[in-house]
Amino acid sequence: MESLTNRAQSVDRSPMTFAEKIYIPALMKGLSITLSHIFKKKATINYPEETRPFSPVFRGLHVLNRDEEGREKCTACGLCALACPAEAITMEAAERLPGEEHLYREEKYAAKYEINMLRCIFCGYCEEACPKDAIYLSETVMPANYQRDYFVYKKQDMLLTDEQVKQKRLKLQQKG
Amino acid sequence: MSIDTFLILEKIILVVIIIAASMGVAAYSTWAERKVAAVMQDRIGPLRAGPFGLLQPLADGGKLFFKEEIVPDNSTKWLFMLAPAMFIFTSLMTSAIIPWGPDFVINGSEGARTVSLQVADINIGILYVFGVVSIGVYGIMLGGWASNNKFSLLSAIRAASQAISYELALGLSLIALLMLTGTLSLRTIVEQQHGFWEGNYFTWNVFKQPLGFVIFLVCSFAELNRAPFDMPESESELNMGYHLEYSSMKLGMFLFAEYINMFISSAVLATLFFGGYNFPWMDQVQAAVPSGIFSLICVGVLMAKVVGFILFFMFVRWTLPRFRFDQLLNLGWTKLIPLALFNMLVTGAVILFFFNKK
Repeated sequence: MESLTNRAQSVDRSPMTFAEKIYIPALMKGLSITLSHIFKKKATINYPEETRPFSPVFRGLHVLNRDEEGREKCTACGLCALACPAEAITMEAAERLPGEEHLYREEKYAAKYEINMLRCIFCGYCEEACPKDAIYLSETVMPANYQRDYFVYKKQDMLLTDEQVKQKRLKLQQKG
Repeated sequence: MSIDTFLILEKIILVVIIIAASMGVAAYSTWAERKVAAVMQDRIGPLRAGPFGLLQPLADGGKLFFKEEIVPDNSTKWLFMLAPAMFIFTSLMTSAIIPWGPDFVINGSEGARTVSLQVADINIGILYVFGVVSIGVYGIMLGGWASNNKFSLLSAIRAASQAISYELALGLSLIALLMLTGTLSLRTIVEQQHGFWEGNYFTWNVFKQPLGFVIFLVCSFAELNRAPFDMPESESELNMGYHLEYSSMKLGMFLFAEYINMFISSAVLATLFFGGYNFPWMDQVQAAVPSGIFSLICVGVLMAKVVGFILFFMFVRWTLPRFRFDQLLNLGWTKLIPLALFNMLVTGAVILFFFNKK
């Protein structure tokens, strides 16, 4: 029969030679293969202690950025929500009052900022759309949970903590 | 009178030590098997239970003890209980005649006393091993029969026919060896292999009976139900074989007994073919150290050989695929038995024409 592809190989059905029949050479070959594998590098990664490194472009959980004085960068312009193909971002804007200058960098800020992580496809378009570098995707994998509510991340869940801001400031001082 | 009490005490201590050692080696064989399998497949193996996963056997044992024990409704209950007990009992019994080391002398208040590191030096030594191993087949047969399950019964019959077929070649390969030694006592066989090199030739039997050793080794793989001849079990295609209906520690005993069998059969192989506790330059060592320490060194040497054989058994298991049952019987009856007969004939002829003492 003509073969449909050129990848077909005919099976060797000739009777076994004496060397094949006594089985011992084949056995030795097999043993030498397994012996060589003893000295090979192990493929295992001991997960909780070691983790496989992420690539630099990995897109994980979102982080809302603050500047070096700890003020929120987001101005609630809504470009991220507009760019989001999954429509996962909801926000409400508010005006900065006198006396709140240490909290918000611009005159307008996001009073409410939510991302539904069940809708989010982690495409990173929000990061690209943001004119203020206020949102970026980190290298953290989203944890699992039994409750659906858990996956709607509030502003406080994503904002940099005071500790993280301090570290960021330290890094800047070391550089400059 | 007092000597007899001491003798009994001495033997009891020896028996307890040997049984504990067999259990310990068998337990750690399971750990070693996982490690060997892992390194051959580029993995790490057990790691979490204790350092290097060394507590893994305890964890496994604990798991088996606390599992639900299921006895099938239509099984023959007392036979179902008896089978694993019988299997493990026979596998432990074989260790009685293996000489673990040379005699050593204890200087007590009542004078010097020679202590033997062998439970019983019986003059039919190796025949006893064959007898006990044959009883071990009953454990498998009873287990398969009492389960009242078609698959268990079929695989028990398969296991029994395999064991019986290979015992034949095993015995025949040994006859050639016994022609050389002229005795069945394991102690005498070991003493004949004293040292390593004597009178322009090796003293170890493996160099006098290479073909006999290969046949014996292949047959012990089949007798131990280990890969590539593990048809009785064949967990991937034949539902675990004769212990299909077993659960909890009864299953554990079947599995454990197979590891004890492996330990004992490694010891028998080392004793018969690899010089037992003998090692090169043992006379010089004996002259240098006290007799108690020398005995300990000898025990260590024998254990090293045994561990070597156990690792070899594992090495082969994780390399070769399983035989088909007709291939197994074909190999046993049409290849190994004629080879063993041929070996017997050649050995007989060589002894008759070259080493005839008359």
